[in-house]
Amino acid sequence: MAVKRRDFLGMAFGGFAAVGGVISLGAMKKTWDPLPSVKAAGFTTVDLSPMTDGEFRMITWRGKPIFILKKTAEMKKNENRDVVVGNAQYSVMIGLCTHLGCIPTWKPKELKFKCACHGGEFDASGVNTFGPPPRPMDIPPFKIDGTKLVLGEIGPEYKKLVAKA
Amino acid sequence: MAEITKANGIGDWLDQRLATKKLAKVLMSEYWIPKNINFLWAMGVVLVVLFAILIISGIFLLMYYKPDINLAFDSVNYTIMQEVDYGWLWRHMHGVAASMIFLVIYIHMFTGIYYGSYKKGREMIWLTGMALFGIFSAEAFSGYMLPWGQMSYWAAQVITNLFGAIPVIGDALVVWIRGDYAVADSTLTRFFMLHVLLLPLAIIGLIAVHFYSLRIPHVNNQEGEDIDFDKESEKYLAGNKKESKVVPFWPVFLSKDFFVTGAFLTFYFYLVFYHFNFAMDPINFEPANPMKTPAHIYPEWYFLWSYEVLRGFFFDIAGIAAMNIGLVAFGFANVIFMLLPFLDKDPNVVPAHKRPKFRIWFWVLLLDLMILTVYGKLPPTGMNAWVGFFAAITFIGLWVALPFITKSDAKVTGGVK
Repeated sequence: MAVKRRDFLGMAFGGFAAVGGVISLGAMKKTWDPLPSVKAAGFTTVDLSPMTDGEFRMITWRGKPIFILKKTAEMKKNENRDVVVGNAQYSVMIGLCTHLGCIPTWKPKELKFKCACHGGEFDASGVNTFGPPPRPMDIPPFKIDGTKLVLGEIGPEYKKLVAKA
Repeated sequence: MAEITKANGIGDWLDQRLATKKLAKVLMSEYWIPKNINFLWAMGVVLVVLFAILIISGIFLLMYYKPDINLAFDSVNYTIMQEVDYGWLWRHMHGVAASMIFLVIYIHMFTGIYYGSYKKGREMIWLTGMALFGIFSAEAFSGYMLPWGQMSYWAAQVITNLFGAIPVIGDALVVWIRGDYAVADSTLTRFFMLHVLLLPLAIIGLIAVHFYSLRIPHVNNQEGEDIDFDKESEKYLAGNKKESKVVPFWPVFLSKDFFVTGAFLTFYFYLVFYHFNFAMDPINFEPANPMKTPAHIYPEWYFLWSYEVLRGFFFDIAGIAAMNIGLVAFGFANVIFMLLPFLDKDPNVVPAHKRPKFRIWFWVLLLDLMILTVYGKLPPTGMNAWVGFFAAITFIGLWVALPFITKSDAKVTGGVK
């Protein structure tokens, strides 16, 4: 009888400690989460009207490089990825190689992006064409506002592209 | 309660309270080590000395280092290197020791593999040793981030991105590890914490278990001879020192270790004073820039072999993406050494030169790791990519073949009992 009582006390103590342990693990996990200020920061607006045909630009959004390329007639259109503003097509993407996150370089003569880290290549639309990258470069959420592009906000044009992908 | 009497000196006073004489016997003067060993058995003590150097130099660096992305680079490259008296010395000692500790870990590991010191009761030594290798790797990686130069930043970017390959939770996990969408201030500060507190604590704890796990099965020897330590130590204590096959850890074994350590430290300080540059990559003297990847990035030399296994698979095979094959191979490379005691199907402890097939396996593995290391540093183009591919395949093939090779060798080494 006495032993059973001890077993019960042991289990009650152990169970209580285990619950406390699990709850504190939750707190530890959340302490490592991005802070609200980090999450909240992150809308970037860029005016596309001054860009000339074939011009390549790199801007920053949420600490990541964003590639914007105004396509010329010789660059293949890609209905699943092109962002259309006015009459012009733009390639807009997060400029990080989908392999391990290096920044590929735009080669205007070859019309492709090349990653120096492991030799990955992407075409002008950001589609992977060679090497280890497993998928095209990601398109950031955007909204079109006249001739301006708002990064971080989800607009109908972005939803359409996501639906096609 | 022990009987406390008037002490006849400080030693006796302490002994009455802490049993220091008994402790010294257990840990030092009656801890028995086989005589039949060579200088390779001194690597453990060399590692302890290097780890102590890392802690001491680290303490001084810690007093001026600032774990903030706006201050880190200058706190290292200006404050420590130019303003602090002897700051350069601590930094170069820390960087060179970090590099050297991996060299000695590899020698220590391959000594164990060569002499079969990972089986027949010594499995825990091997497992805790490999766990130490893993934590030391994390320690080296987190430390490399701290100067916040270009290599620091892009190594952090690439390594944290590796976790993105884990199915379902990958992307969220990467953000969680970084504490931001990109490698940022939160990333630097938390890896600083890991580098100076959590990982060193884990290392110290594991070293204690590593030492303790050596106690019961004892140190192996050059012939893999099964020594009766009780009988041999009695002979030694009775004065038959010449006949006994063992010596005490202190003062006999350590005197030899101190000689090897002395020779090694001469080499180490030669590197610290005259050739520290190999541990100080020039690209890392450019401040971190998230908008520009350096033209050619590569890890420190001690990670090159597993890095080359990762990128050795550069084309899709049977519909599986090259990247995923590489990642699986990389995962394989990082856990397979851990499983060595269980993949070796020969129960006899015998040095490699007496195991006909294992002997070849050992030297091919060593050569393959060297090839992977060399090609890991070269740009992955043309011929280089193919050498990397075949070296990576060879690495995996060797481990797949190990159980069969060792089983066949067992007939020669003494059979399966």
